[in-house]
Amino acid sequence: MLKTIGKKYGFYIVIVLFWLLMTLLGNAGMLTSHFSSLLVPMTYYAIAAVALNLCVGILGELSIGHAGFMCIGAFSGAIFSLLTKEVLPGGLRFFLAFVVGIAFAALFGFLIGIPVLRLKGDYLAIVTLAFGEIIKNVLQAVYLGVDAQGVHLSLDMTTFRMEPDGLTLIKGAQGVSGTPRNSSFTVGIIVLLLTLFLVHHLMDSRDGRAIMAIRDNRIAAEATGIHVTRYKMLAFTISAAIAGAAGVLFSHNVTTMTNISNYFNYNASIMLLVYVVLGGIGNINGSVIAAMILYLLPELMRGLNRYRMLIYAIVLILMMLVNWAPGVQERRRRLKAFLKTRLTRAGKEA
Amino acid sequence: MKKRVLAMILTTALSALTLAGCGGGGSSTTGGSAAPATSGGGTAAAGGSFKIGAIGPMTGDGAAYGLAVVNGSKLAVDEINAAGGVNGFMLEHKGEDDELNNEKSMNAYNTLKDWGMQILVGPTTSGCTIAVSDLAHEDSMFLLTPSGTAVDCVKYDNAFRVCFSDPAQGTESAKYMAEKGIGSKYAVIYDSSDPYSSGIYESFNAEAAAQGLEIVSAEAFTSDSNKDFSVQLQKAKEGGADLVFLPIYYNQASLILKQAADMDYHPVFFGCDGMDGILTVENFDTSLTEGLILMTPFSADATDDLTVNFVKKYQEQFGEVPNQFAADAYDGVYAIKAAIEKKNLTPDMSTEKICKGLMEAFPEITISGLTSSSLSWDASGEPNKEPRIFAIEGGKYIVQ
Amino acid sequence: MSFLNYLINGLSLGSVYAIIALGYTMVYGIAKMLNFAHGDIIMVGSYLVYSSMTMAGLHPVLSILIAVIGCMVLGVVTERVAYRPLRGASSSLAVLITAIGVSYLLQNLSLLIFGADPKAFTSVITWKGITLFDGALQIRGTAIVTILVGLVVLFGLQAFIRHTKSGQAMLAVAQDKGAATLCGIDVNRTIAITFAIGSSLAAVAGVLFCSTYPTITPYIGAMPGIKAFVAAVFGGIGSIPGAMIGGLTLGVIEILSRTYISSQLSDAIVFAILIVVLLVRPTGLLGKRVMEKV
Repeated sequence: MLKTIGKKYGFYIVIVLFWLLMTLLGNAGMLTSHFSSLLVPMTYYAIAAVALNLCVGILGELSIGHAGFMCIGAFSGAIFSLLTKEVLPGGLRFFLAFVVGIAFAALFGFLIGIPVLRLKGDYLAIVTLAFGEIIKNVLQAVYLGVDAQGVHLSLDMTTFRMEPDGLTLIKGAQGVSGTPRNSSFTVGIIVLLLTLFLVHHLMDSRDGRAIMAIRDNRIAAEATGIHVTRYKMLAFTISAAIAGAAGVLFSHNVTTMTNISNYFNYNASIMLLVYVVLGGIGNINGSVIAAMILYLLPELMRGLNRYRMLIYAIVLILMMLVNWAPGVQERRRRLKAFLKTRLTRAGKEA
Repeated sequence: MKKRVLAMILTTALSALTLAGCGGGGSSTTGGSAAPATSGGGTAAAGGSFKIGAIGPMTGDGAAYGLAVVNGSKLAVDEINAAGGVNGFMLEHKGEDDELNNEKSMNAYNTLKDWGMQILVGPTTSGCTIAVSDLAHEDSMFLLTPSGTAVDCVKYDNAFRVCFSDPAQGTESAKYMAEKGIGSKYAVIYDSSDPYSSGIYESFNAEAAAQGLEIVSAEAFTSDSNKDFSVQLQKAKEGGADLVFLPIYYNQASLILKQAADMDYHPVFFGCDGMDGILTVENFDTSLTEGLILMTPFSADATDDLTVNFVKKYQEQFGEVPNQFAADAYDGVYAIKAAIEKKNLTPDMSTEKICKGLMEAFPEITISGLTSSSLSWDASGEPNKEPRIFAIEGGKYIVQ
Repeated sequence: MSFLNYLINGLSLGSVYAIIALGYTMVYGIAKMLNFAHGDIIMVGSYLVYSSMTMAGLHPVLSILIAVIGCMVLGVVTERVAYRPLRGASSSLAVLITAIGVSYLLQNLSLLIFGADPKAFTSVITWKGITLFDGALQIRGTAIVTILVGLVVLFGLQAFIRHTKSGQAMLAVAQDKGAATLCGIDVNRTIAITFAIGSSLAAVAGVLFCSTYPTITPYIGAMPGIKAFVAAVFGGIGSIPGAMIGGLTLGVIEILSRTYISSQLSDAIVFAILIVVLLVRPTGLLGKRVMEKV
């Protein structure tokens, strides 16, 4: 009994303990401001990695455009918060910002999923990349504002005119600024737990089994009467929605989103993919841990100054070789077997 | 099984990292909070020192700009210390990398805070400055950005800047063109993915309309396609533009100059402070820059003692000719020195108190620096200095 | 007339994409890996030419030779150290992530060695090009040379693959590694040769790229790498003529959309067209349709 609970909920307990430890240390003033500022990004990158793992590991489709969904969530959530800054109380507004951000990301996931999921393999991957870049490029060109005359939307700054009392929401490359800083480590952990619960639940459900059946053998799944397109869309849309939630946390932590080409581009999507692959493809909990460690790593190496990104690259390559290379794995297995026989022999002799 | 083992290894690593973070936390939090605690006495003991932090991209695409800011401010700090410090107090300097990313810039800020930073010279770029200014405002940390040009960079009363703002640069450029009657038809090539560049273009466009300048083409490029400018140049040429306004960084500008020459198009090119550095691009054919006009606060070719000395020392230490980023940061540190002296601030004061003192002092000081012979500030955070316009002749800046 | 000019500009940009895509698609088609570090090998090649030609004052031809050999060695070494151990890993994504690691490594190494400041590349192509109709129409020398080199590489590769033993081995490895091994083909050696050729093509591409757009920074490889990937997919992954056509088409689309639609949104338009093409032809312009076996 205890064992099944441990197996099923062990990771949740670990996360809650991690939250408790960090909160206690934080309250006791034992955490550096640097470290406590890293906690929030750690949660949203973990959430985004889980979202991508749902797409790559569970659905089995490689996406290199997930930063785009995060971007959609971040912008729509931030715009909602800006619009209702004066009207709604903080907590409710932040909750609704999540609803809005998730809804928009899911909508885009659904719309993009229609063409994308008709393709296969690397062709599918490049189309997700294309959509991610389109989202970024368009958001950099958009001017959006509200004033007494209504909503203004323009792709050309020279024709974008606002009344003096108007509220500019997106200002082209100058992006969105002034989003309230509502994200906190606690909220991040709650969203992370909900995400994990949702994804684990999905994997254990009938729908989840159908999705994994499609991943393992699409033709066989189709032959057994599984509606392939429907389940693919389902998984892809949920994945986008979760990435959107991570985006809402992002925009309410960073508060100023300018120069988005530096953090919502394909490089960011690839970074998420690195988290997923290092944590284990299809291993949801692994993504959480890998995202947190890999986000922390370059930050904790700040002392190394200009060498830190170089060392980060080397560590990344080494981690990949250790975790994935069949040769290394074989050697590890042999070493373990060797130690085991040695230990048991030693035990017998004693 | 394999997955479990992996997860366990990763968890152990995470907790080890976390503990490392906490360990560091323990020591430097005490370091940070010690300052206000001992503010009563203990000044005389070791003299104490002001801790000045600098932030900018030191890796990634913007590395050239961030390194210049960090190096420029470091040079000023070393000089001040060698000359006996500020009112006898030494300055300490530390630079942190933000990879041109708002989120990382906030992390860099917090790292510096843990180190005990009391005054911030940075961040280098507009977006990062706006993001960090939120934090600095909450912490009452004095922020002086050398080169954050966006309007919002100094929206808080504790934030000041050394450079001209985007609107100032765009407006002044258009005014200058109209006054001097340079060019009759105008073209603009700007980076629509960069807040600096699109910010300048926006205000340039407004002022150009007011001055009655005829803009025949305004074409954008983005950070994803910033190599080929044939379309933008072709349109400018077809429109008959005899002046092309380039509110962009020198990196891309060097390509534009080359490509224009290749297509036998020779208009007057006009740049802003981001253009400074074009002569320092190694191996660049400077004959392409002949006649280029730029509005920048700093000229490495200036012959006054201050500049000559600065350029010489910078080259010795960092092996590169300094650009305006470095000069702005250098002046920023000297302005802070003047402000500290004005209000007789001491390092044992709380960060808040230092911030308040500097905020009061800045509108009162006037310094003579690399970027202006009389540099003073408004309480709003904007610098007052005369715009400097240079034209490049024979590979040298000539004052206009 | 101005349309012709824009079209020529598009072909000249496309020729650069094409030459990068040729190396990309070769590695991609045979080793079946997305080599995200390919763009950075281009960057290394450019720095090698820069340092031997401009800094050490060597003859351009000698400098290019040094770059080609340097990149070839680099390609083979990274393949041996970072990619080969992962062959046979349970997911093909593993090697992709390692390639990203290699890409970061090369970028940051160059940043430490050469610094962040851009360097101006001395073009190895001094020919200005052809001017027609009193200067109304201009074809740049770099573009002509790039297209010619691209064609030479294209036919060279085709001939190599068709008429040499190693080439035939490559085809076999591309089709089925297991069966190739059974036929006595040394898969590791064949893939190493693929990387050697692919990386030396990257050096050539780097020289042509930097002759056309003569500014080098440690990060110049990233974007062309992605664009070449797009071009390779556009033309049909693994198809060598497809890479050439994909690159040229991509360049023309980029320039024309920037000219006639919007210079701000040209990236988005290029990608949108790519999506439409892939929806109509799911394996690219010249890609082969692979029948699925149950």
